[in-house]
Amino acid sequence: MRIVYERSRCQGHGRCYALAPELFDSDDEGYAVLLVTGALPAEREAAARLAADNCPEFAITIEE
Amino acid sequence: MSTTDKAPVTDWATDFDHTHPDYAASAPEVWDDLRERCPVAHSDRFGGVWLPTRHEDVVAIAHDTEHFSSEGVIVNDYKPVGLAPVGYAAPITSDPPFHADARRLLLPAFAPKAIARWEEATRQTCRELLDEVLVGHDAVVDAARDYAQHIPVRVIAEMLGVPREDGDRFRVWIHRILENPGEGFETLEYEDTLDYYLTNVIADRRVHPQDDLVSYLLDAEMDGEPLTEDHVRGTIGLLLIAGIDTTWSAIGASLWHLATNPADRARLRAEPELLPIAVEEFLRFYSPVTMARIAATDVEVGGAHIAERDWVLLSFPSANRDPEAFEDADRFIIDRERNRHVAFGVGIHRCAGSNLARLELTVAIDEWLKRVPDFELADPAAVVWSTGQVRGPRELPVRVSAAGGEA
Repeated sequence: MRIVYERSRCQGHGRCYALAPELFDSDDEGYAVLLVTGALPAEREAAARLAADNCPEFAITIEE
Repeated sequence: MSTTDKAPVTDWATDFDHTHPDYAASAPEVWDDLRERCPVAHSDRFGGVWLPTRHEDVVAIAHDTEHFSSEGVIVNDYKPVGLAPVGYAAPITSDPPFHADARRLLLPAFAPKAIARWEEATRQTCRELLDEVLVGHDAVVDAARDYAQHIPVRVIAEMLGVPREDGDRFRVWIHRILENPGEGFETLEYEDTLDYYLTNVIADRRVHPQDDLVSYLLDAEMDGEPLTEDHVRGTIGLLLIAGIDTTWSAIGASLWHLATNPADRARLRAEPELLPIAVEEFLRFYSPVTMARIAATDVEVGGAHIAERDWVLLSFPSANRDPEAFEDADRFIIDRERNRHVAFGVGIHRCAGSNLARLELTVAIDEWLKRVPDFELADPAAVVWSTGQVRGPRELPVRVSAAGGEA
C-alpha cells in the first residue's frame, strides 16, 4: 500500500497532518507535505486511510 | 428590525429567503426537503438567487472559478459590479489570477504553526470570560452573548493590534454586513462606518508600525509594489469581519448541542482527547457559513439554468448534511472517523482562517467544559438562531448547575 498525494489539489485544509502527523507535515503556507515514499509499513496503513478519508479535496488516495 | 416584516415564504423551492426568520429557525429541514425534491432552489428575491443543496453541486461550483465569480460573496440588494478580479475585500472577493498572490500574503500568518502561538492567549480569554460570567451558583448565563461572541473578537483584535474595547463596534458592523445586509446604509454617518475605522487604523500604523497584521500588510508587496490602500483596507476588513460571527456561531452551536445532548457531554468529559475529532463533527453538523458567488456567464448546475450575474449561494452547511456524501448524514456522531466535511469551503477560497477557527472552537469548548461540566437550556423557546449566511445561536440562555461552578 502506498500514498498518492496530489499537491495541485491540496488547498491547505490541514486534516491530513492533524490526523497523521507521522505521514504528513505542513509547509509555511499550510499546504501538506508528504513525509514518506514507497510502500507503507503495515502499522502506518490505518493513519494513511484516515488522512485520505478526511481530505475535503480528495487530494490523497491510497494505492493497494 | 427589518427581518420581521419580510414577505412570507410560500415555497422554499421557488421563493426561498435565507434572511427570513423562518429560515433561521429551521434551515436544516429546508435543506433536506430541497435536496430531495429540487435540488437547486431559486428565488426572485435579491434580484435572482439560486440555492444548490447537494454536496456534488456545491463542490462543483466552488471549484469552478471560470463560471462563478467571487466579486460578491454576501447576497444582498447591492450587487457589486466592475470590481473583479480584486473585489472589495481581497482575497475572499478576488478571482484568478489576482486571487492567488493576494491569498499567499495571508497564508503564512494563518498556517497551523503560526496560529499555535495564539493558543495561550485564547485560553486566557476564555478563562477570563468564564470568570466574568460564572458569578454565583445555579445561574442562567447566555452562552452565545456572554461567552461565545467575545472570544473571536478579542483574539482578532489582538492579531490586528486594535483595542479589544472596539469589539462592540465590530459586532454592529457584522450585523449590518452579514445578518441584515444593506440595512441602515442610508442613515449611516461616515464616522460610524467600518471604512472610516479601518482608514484610521491604517493611518495610525503608517506612523506607528507595530508587530501586527496591519503593519505586516503595509510592508507587504505584490509584484514588487506595495499594496494599494484599498487592498489593505479590504483585507483588514475581511480579517475583522470574517473571523468573528463565523467562529462565535460555531462555538455557540457546539454549546447548544452539548446543552441538549447529555450523552455527548458526558463522553467529552470522560474522553477529552476526543475533542479534536468531535470539533470536526461540530463543524460538519453545525457548519455556520454559506458563501455566495455571482455567475460569470450563463451556466447549468444540477439541472438549473443559471443566468449571467445571478447570485448563487454556496450552502456548505447543506452539502455537509447530504446523505450522498456522508453516511448517516442526519446523525451527529461525536467520534465520526471519516469526515470529509466542507465547513471551510473547498477550492481556492478555502477559509484562510480555518486553523485559527479550529483553535478557538477547540479551546472554547475545552475551557467551558472544565468549568461548566453540566448545563442545560434554560428555556428552549428563548434560543434565537441568526438569519443570513452565517448560522448560529445569537441568544442561548443555559442553566449552569451548582455542581459545575468553581466560581
